[in-house]
Amino acid sequence: MKILVTVKEVAEAEDDFDIDGLDIDERYLEFDLNEWDEYAIEEAVQIKEDGDDVEVVSVTIGPERAEETIRMGLAKGVDRAIRVWDDAFADVGMLDPKTKADVLSAVVEDEQPDLVLTGVQAGDDSFGATGVTLAETIDFEWGAVVNALDLDAGAGVASVHRELEGGIEELTDIELPAVLTIQTGINEPRYASLRGIRQAQSKPLDLHELDDLGLEESDLESPLSRTAMYEPESEGDATVFEGSAEETATELASLLRDVGVVEG
Amino acid sequence: MSDVLAITEHRQGELRDVSSELVTVGSELAAQQGGELHLGIIGGDVDAFAEELSLEGVETIHTVDHGDEFNHDVYTQATAQLFGDIDPTTLLLPNSVNGLDYAPAVASELDIPLVTDAIAISRDDGLEVTREMYGSKVETTVAVDAEVAAVSVRPAEWEPTEAAGDPAIESFDADIDEDAVKSTVTGFEEVAGGDVDISEANFLISIGRGIEEEDNLPLIEDLVEATDATLSSSRPIVDNGWLPKNRQVGQSGKVVTPDVYLAIGISGAVQHVAGMKGSDTIVAINTDPNAPIMDLADYAIVDDLFDVVPALIEALE
Repeated sequence: MKILVTVKEVAEAEDDFDIDGLDIDERYLEFDLNEWDEYAIEEAVQIKEDGDDVEVVSVTIGPERAEETIRMGLAKGVDRAIRVWDDAFADVGMLDPKTKADVLSAVVEDEQPDLVLTGVQAGDDSFGATGVTLAETIDFEWGAVVNALDLDAGAGVASVHRELEGGIEELTDIELPAVLTIQTGINEPRYASLRGIRQAQSKPLDLHELDDLGLEESDLESPLSRTAMYEPESEGDATVFEGSAEETATELASLLRDVGVVEG
Repeated sequence: MSDVLAITEHRQGELRDVSSELVTVGSELAAQQGGELHLGIIGGDVDAFAEELSLEGVETIHTVDHGDEFNHDVYTQATAQLFGDIDPTTLLLPNSVNGLDYAPAVASELDIPLVTDAIAISRDDGLEVTREMYGSKVETTVAVDAEVAAVSVRPAEWEPTEAAGDPAIESFDADIDEDAVKSTVTGFEEVAGGDVDISEANFLISIGRGIEEEDNLPLIEDLVEATDATLSSSRPIVDNGWLPKNRQVGQSGKVVTPDVYLAIGISGAVQHVAGMKGSDTIVAINTDPNAPIMDLADYAIVDDLFDVVPALIEALE
């Protein structure tokens, strides 16, 4: 059995930042493994550890910088990794879910996985659509926002919980092959061990360019473009308590007494 | 063709609030496009739902009487067929958990672009969608270069339409291919039960990522004890297993409306805010003056919680 995990390197903005054109100035961005994908990797690695003959492959669309993030996945138990990049990507302002899914579907065609795990969303643009778009594109079944997974590979069914709003979970049986988008909290992602980090250095990490995937630059043309980025105007009118921690704490204590939620 | 088609949402026999919010955004957009607003209702008690959604601004309601609950395969097929029949310019869907489970499939099948989690939509020369990035730190405008597009709409962002209207109600005979339905909903489970109901509390002390480590929980528990408050949290604390699920405030947890909500080290992600914005008085302790929670707070302390919380415990003694 083969599991393909999509892994994205995301940018996180510092508390204070400047916007340069259509994005936050890179000096104020930190790049890291997408939080949701960390849970997807852990889920795949756990399935591998519980089963026989399971291979876990990760795929990332990203520049060379992303290899550090990709190695994190390898250190946590991913067997090998694919990085898709081409100079043409650098010229695309905004990869929409369909374009991404088209690129990933070329990798699916090569790899023929039985199960694809993605994060529910990416922490930076929070589109939340790549996994299900990919499923439709490659004609897999799917389930979005999965927070419990019980795989019966023999029967070809994934029994999942989907985390709905308001503390309700939906129990669903999904036929394989399938794409599942993984929610945070489904497991406890491990820390990479020193041994894992060492091993990751010698695991395969292959670069695929558009040519290798049978794609052309025109396949990256996206109907979506970002035309502005700005800081939202603060709607806040909070009374800010000023001073030392002792001073602000004293003001807060008297507020809590005035409102009547604490005695005194 | 300049119409808007909006697909409504229901669960366990009840329409969800986003349905009448879709009427608001949908009728605004239809007016800008010079078209009409069509609503789709798929599954459940479609006649009762149609009556409930006979609201101002809706031209026609199309009911698809198929199944009781949401199933993404059925919704994907029915929505695509409604779209083919009505031929709208814009397809609006809820950016809910179930919306995320079929909107991308519908857009992909129809080969139209999808923009998710919209907080504003307008059409001038073309369709423009406002959405957030970087955990609500910035807003962006996305231009859609296509005649026809799908947009998923953030719940609770638009006011619901309440005024009654007089739409035509038409039954739509969707041809659902049962062989293509490869997922089966087998039940629902309530997971936030247990000994404590945080939605009953009148004073909630709520913690987020800012407490950094599980070892710092006792400090907050001391404050909870000193104030006789109830402890709750944002999602990451529950994801880490530091508190049980029944303590989680937010979209996937509980909606709370206490007299005082004291948010300690919580940035205020949109999913969290959805669960606590109805609190009477909101107090935030956070090192980041630009954190989204500050927009919501009535009172704020911009300082390190590890300095303020011990001082607060002392001040209360």
